[in-house]
Order: sequence, then C-alpha cells, then structure tokens
Amino acid sequence: MTANGWFQIFLFFGLVLLVTKPIGVFMTRVFNRERTFMDPVLRPIERLLYRVTGVDEEHEMRWTEYAISMLLFSLVSMIALYLMERLQGYLPFNPQKLGAVNPSALAFNTAASFTTNTNWQNYSGETTMSYFTQMAGLAYHNFMSAAVGIALAIAFIRGIARRQMETIGNFWVDLVRCNLWILLPACILGALVLVSQGVVQNLKPYDTVKLVEPMQVQKIGPGGKPVVDARGKPVMDTVTEQTIAQGPVASQEIIKELGTNGGGFFNANSAHPFENPTPLSNLIELVSIFAIGSGLTYTLGRMTGSQRHGWAVWSAMSILFFAGVTAAYWAEARGNPLLAGTDQKVSVLQPGGNMEGKEVRFGIANTALWATVTTDASCGAINGWHDSFTPLGGLVPLANIMLSEVVFGGVGAGMYGMLIYIVLAVFIAGLMVGRTPEYLGKKVEAYDVKMAMLVVLVFPLVILIFSAISVVAGFGTSSILNPGPHGLSEVIYAFTSQAGNNGSALAGLTTNTPWYNIAGAVTMLVGRFLMIIPALAIAGNLAAKKYVPPSLGTFPVTTPLFTVLLIAVILIVGALTFFPALSLGPILEHLLMAAGKTF
Amino acid sequence: MKKNLITSVLMTIATTILLGIVYPLLVTALAQVIFPKQANGQLIPGNGKAIGSRIIGQGFSAAKYFHSRPSAAGNGYDAANSGGSNFGPTNQKLIDRVKGDVASAQSQNSGTSVPIDLVTTSASGFDPHITPAAAEYQLARIARERNATVDQLRVLLGKHTEGRQWGILGEPRVNVLELNLELDEQFPMNRQAKAQ
Repeated sequence: MTANGWFQIFLFFGLVLLVTKPIGVFMTRVFNRERTFMDPVLRPIERLLYRVTGVDEEHEMRWTEYAISMLLFSLVSMIALYLMERLQGYLPFNPQKLGAVNPSALAFNTAASFTTNTNWQNYSGETTMSYFTQMAGLAYHNFMSAAVGIALAIAFIRGIARRQMETIGNFWVDLVRCNLWILLPACILGALVLVSQGVVQNLKPYDTVKLVEPMQVQKIGPGGKPVVDARGKPVMDTVTEQTIAQGPVASQEIIKELGTNGGGFFNANSAHPFENPTPLSNLIELVSIFAIGSGLTYTLGRMTGSQRHGWAVWSAMSILFFAGVTAAYWAEARGNPLLAGTDQKVSVLQPGGNMEGKEVRFGIANTALWATVTTDASCGAINGWHDSFTPLGGLVPLANIMLSEVVFGGVGAGMYGMLIYIVLAVFIAGLMVGRTPEYLGKKVEAYDVKMAMLVVLVFPLVILIFSAISVVAGFGTSSILNPGPHGLSEVIYAFTSQAGNNGSALAGLTTNTPWYNIAGAVTMLVGRFLMIIPALAIAGNLAAKKYVPPSLGTFPVTTPLFTVLLIAVILIVGALTFFPALSLGPILEHLLMAAGKTF
Repeated sequence: MKKNLITSVLMTIATTILLGIVYPLLVTALAQVIFPKQANGQLIPGNGKAIGSRIIGQGFSAAKYFHSRPSAAGNGYDAANSGGSNFGPTNQKLIDRVKGDVASAQSQNSGTSVPIDLVTTSASGFDPHITPAAAEYQLARIARERNATVDQLRVLLGKHTEGRQWGILGEPRVNVLELNLELDEQFPMNRQAKAQ
C-alpha cells in the first residue's frame, strides 16, 4: 500500500461527500414537484409524455397500485428488450451484421438482467449485440431500472414521512421526473466529459489496423479448440491485422455507472480502454457509482425532517465502505506468493502486487477501490477481474454483496435495503429495552417486521439453494473454470451477484448454459421483485400510521449509538447467514495458498 | 389495472424513443463535433491503413521491441474480443504460465526478478501500457538489439512515460505501441546495414 494510493481513495471519498448534499437537496425538490432551474426546458417535455401515455399527474397511488404499475412496466419493457434482441438482425444500426441473440435462454436471461438493474452478462457485448440493441435496449434499461429503483426509495421515504395517509405518490410521475431531471441531464454532460478522455462514441463499423509486429498465435479450429499437427504440437498462424471494436460507448458508459447498472458495452467492461481510458475517467466513473446512493441519504433526512438521521445512516455506510476497501487494498497489494521469480514489491517504478487481470494505468489501489465500490453499490461494473483477485481480496466484493449492498447501494435499491435493516435495528433496540419500537415517530409493529424478515430471508434462500444445486449437479460443475475452493467461490458469487442485482462475476464460470441462463434469470427476478414488494408494503403501512411524538423512552436514530447498532445488525445478519459458505470458499483458499497448495 | 397496462406500453415506446434513440444520437453528434479524435478511437494513421489505436495495445514479442503484457483476449490482443484469463490465484495453469514467461523473460534479459505486470495478463487483454519498471527491465536488451546506448534509450523512454494524471491519479505508465513506433524511427534495425 502507498501513501498516494490512500490519497486517491480519500480524494474519491471526499468528492462523494461533496456531492451528497447538492444531489440530495435537488432530488428532494424534483420528487416534491417543486420548481427547479431546469423547468422551462423540461416541463413541456414532461407534460407531452403524460399526454401521450395517458398519465394523470395529480393522481396519487396506494402502495398496491404503485407496485402493480411498477410490475406492469417492468414486464412490458422486459418483453420489448427480449424481442429487440431476437430481431436485431432486422433492425438498424447494425454495421457488424450481428444476428439474433441466441439461444433464446440467453436473450431471456439478458432481458431479465437489464430489467432488474443487475446487468449480469452471459454474452460479450462486442460479438453479440448490435448498436441498436445496445442503445435502445440495454442502455435504455440502464435508465429505466435505475429510475424504478430511485422511485421506490422515494416512495418508501414518503411512507415514513407521511402521516395517516393512504397513498405514497404516483409511480409514473416519479419515473418520468427521475429520468428527465436527474439522469438525462447528468448523462449528457457526463458522456461528453468521458469522450474528452477517450471513451469512444460513434456508429461506424469496427476498424481494422495493420499490426506493427505480426503475431504468431495458435490456430483455432472450428469449435474453438486449438488445431494440433500429427505430433500433437499446436499449429501456428500469423496474424497481421487487429480488429478494433467501436460503438456508441460513452452514452452508455455514464448511465451504467450513475444508475449502478454495471453492464459493459464490451466484455472487459470498464477495464477496456474505450470504456475507461484514463485515471480521470476512472475517478469520474467511480464517483458516479456512489453519487445518487449517497445523495439519497440526504434526501431521506430532508424528506423525513431529520437531517441528523440521514447523516447517521450515511456514517454507517461510510464505515462499512472503509472496512471493505482497506481489506481489498491490503490483500491485493500483498500479491500472490505462488508466483516465483516475479518482482511484486512496490517501488517508484511499479505498484507491484497481484497484477493478474488488472490494468497498469489503474494499478492496485484503483482496482481494489473499484471492486469495493462496485459491490458496495449494486453496480457490478469492473475495471479488473475479480476472479483473479487474491482469496481475501476477492472475499471483499463477495461479502459486500452478501450484506445486501446497502453501502450507498444500488440507486434506490440500496436505500430501501438499508431502510429494511433500520426497521430491524430499531426493532432489536426496542426488544432490548422492552418497548414498542418507533422509527421517526412511527410505531414499528408485527406487520412491518414480518415484511422486513421476508426480505432478509428470501435473499440467502435463493442464493444458497441454487448454489447447492450447482455444485452437486453435473450441469452446474462443468461450468467451473478454477478447481478447488475457488470453484465453489465462483458458483456462490454468481448466485449472490444475481440475487443482489449486482452483475459482477467471478467470470471464469461459463454461464451461457441452459441451467445458468434460466436459474440466473429466476434468481435476478426474485432478487429484485420479492425485495421491492415487501418494501412497498412496509411503506404503505407506515404511511397510514399516526405520528407518535418522541418521548424519553424513544430510541434515538440520530446518534453514533444508532450507527453502531445498525452496522452490527447488518454484519450479524450477513455473517450468520453466509459464514459457512465463505469459510469453504475464499477463506479456505487463502489458508491453502499460504501453505503453497495449488489446484 | 388496464389503464396502467396501456400506460406501460405507451411509456415504453415513448421513453425508448427519447432515451434509447434521441439521447445516444445527440451525444454522438456532439461528441463527433467537439472531440472527433477521441470519439473515433484515436487511430494512428499509417501507409494507407491505420497502424493501431493510441489506447489499444498490440502484442510485441520480438527481441528488438519492448514487450507488452501477455494477453487473454481472443487469440491474444484481439480488440474485438476483450477479456482476461480469469485464472484464480491458486490455479496451477496460472502458476505454470507465469513460470514459463518468467523463464523466457529472464533468459532474454538480465536474469533478475521480472516486474509482475510483464508476466501477468491484463484485464482488457490489450492494456496499452507497461510499468516503468517493466520498461527499465528490458532496456539493456533493446540497446543490444538496436545498437544504441542505454542512456539514449532512457531519454526515449522518459519521453513516453506518463506520470500520474495531474500528478495524483492512477499509476505511472509507458505506452508500448508509441514507444516502439518511435524506436523504429530513431533507431531503425537496418541502420548498420546502410552504413556499410
């Protein structure tokens, strides 16, 4: 670890802190439908959208109608994406003449993945998706799934803030205003800044260039197997050209981070020089991942009239963030003791450490930071391969997702995930002092805790069941690339990432198979919608309750004590559920690596 | 329910036009006008055909060139097929591959420990950079091959070493393609042959 590495991490975090209040205040204004400086341009577009889609903007919804509208919209837009993938051969903006996304299970998995804000990818963008599908299908869902998440968090916050009311807002209005006022303007600006750094933005066919030094490579026959001669030696081929994939990348790159979606335009995601060319583009993308999630804590404080509560939640998130990044940075900087004859020591000439699957311009600090951030939030974009991390370095992203990604979290999803934990925390505090728990003037009762427990239980259930099937059945184990405990980590990571709607992977696992496509799609849909519906039910239930003024016996949710209790609840729930799985995967691998054992 | 279903369909269509088509085309138009070079991938013009992109690495393994990192993109440095090895840290295939690359690097160079980035695959599969340590490691070999002095080459290397952005961000790095192109220009291989 270096002083400069830590300085970059603190600089990143300082920028997140800096944008938290402005974003939080602005979001409050947007969702309270107050005037903003952008109204002269955006109000006409908003009204036009309501007119053509038949939305009555004054209509208020109960939580059930809010949930049904959200489900219907998700279903319709998911079907639209599926059809687009299957029909892309007939659609415009396809200079590489890519055919339908095949097989249909892959198209289904991808449609479910992008609708649920997961962006799990069983395909490589540059060899599978036309520019049209990328723009109008995948990037479009990056906007929409993010806006759906933010809308739900706002609806939940309204549920806490409102008193004796039946309604929690209008889904369509929240959806449209989130896109027009927050995501779209930020993305137009952000995309251009990224282009200035070298992120490409064009619609031309892939370029072919003449290599400076022709390369000798193994000839690959049909079926992807290397061709061998009669004596079993590989046949070599001379390659003189390099094909360089292009596309409208910047416009998708920015919403991918800002909306915590994470699905790369290219297979290598934000490690690809055309997605993330410089350390500055890297910093901008990192801050974008946390920006809205962090701003929402301020919105929470503002809308509920308790700014100090917002900061108490923010502090809990920050402490968990620093714990993760410290562990990941430390483990990756130590390197891999099994690689003899290599120089992994840090010096002025190199960052050293475990460089397998990492880019030189990012080095150790920025790759470890990214892995922590992308899994604290449910982003899932990567700038280095988590599969090639050291066991403990790779444990951090996995554990982050297992804690339900509430450290700033997915846009919206992190906030309502955290609110579930808050309900549990005040419930436990209430049990300890023997009083009915209250949260910001609302009594937390049996119904609320039952719904919160549903969320807490569904998540590990779907992960552990599907992982268990995958590690005993042949159709599951045949996909594993890395043998030994690391293989178990690959499988658990896959289902954890999909249930948490993260989308990052230990990508050695071959997941474009019938089993992983279908089981994965089911996991993602369950992970998204079986979280949202109970969360909305709590919101509706809280909105209808009377306000109870705080008394001497009320557990305050604005103090460091609350922050500590909240962290403890998150860690205990996570550890009790997943420790056995973690000890058989990354922890065992770490011990064996220290003992010099390979697989 | 029915009304919300109709709204769902219409909302999908209307917002797809706005966010899925108008937005990316607008950004494309602006990018092509304001930053045409960056938006198109910073290609380096050559004789008739481009010879590469400034920010996409190429494979170099000849003794006369600074070597780039091993690649797991397609067949190696396939810029239409990005990706890493995904080998875990205890995978025997990783250990064996690094062992082979270390042996070959040590036989061609000074024989000391090899800077780690030179024997590990990058994340994209076409990392345009190596660390200054990896470039320094190869200096003596290049000087021998190119009939130049180490000091001459170090000047060239300094020119192609990028420090941290704004002095703070990222890591110091050397652009391998640009360095090798200038190497060919300043110290061409047939220099001696011409002189004789």
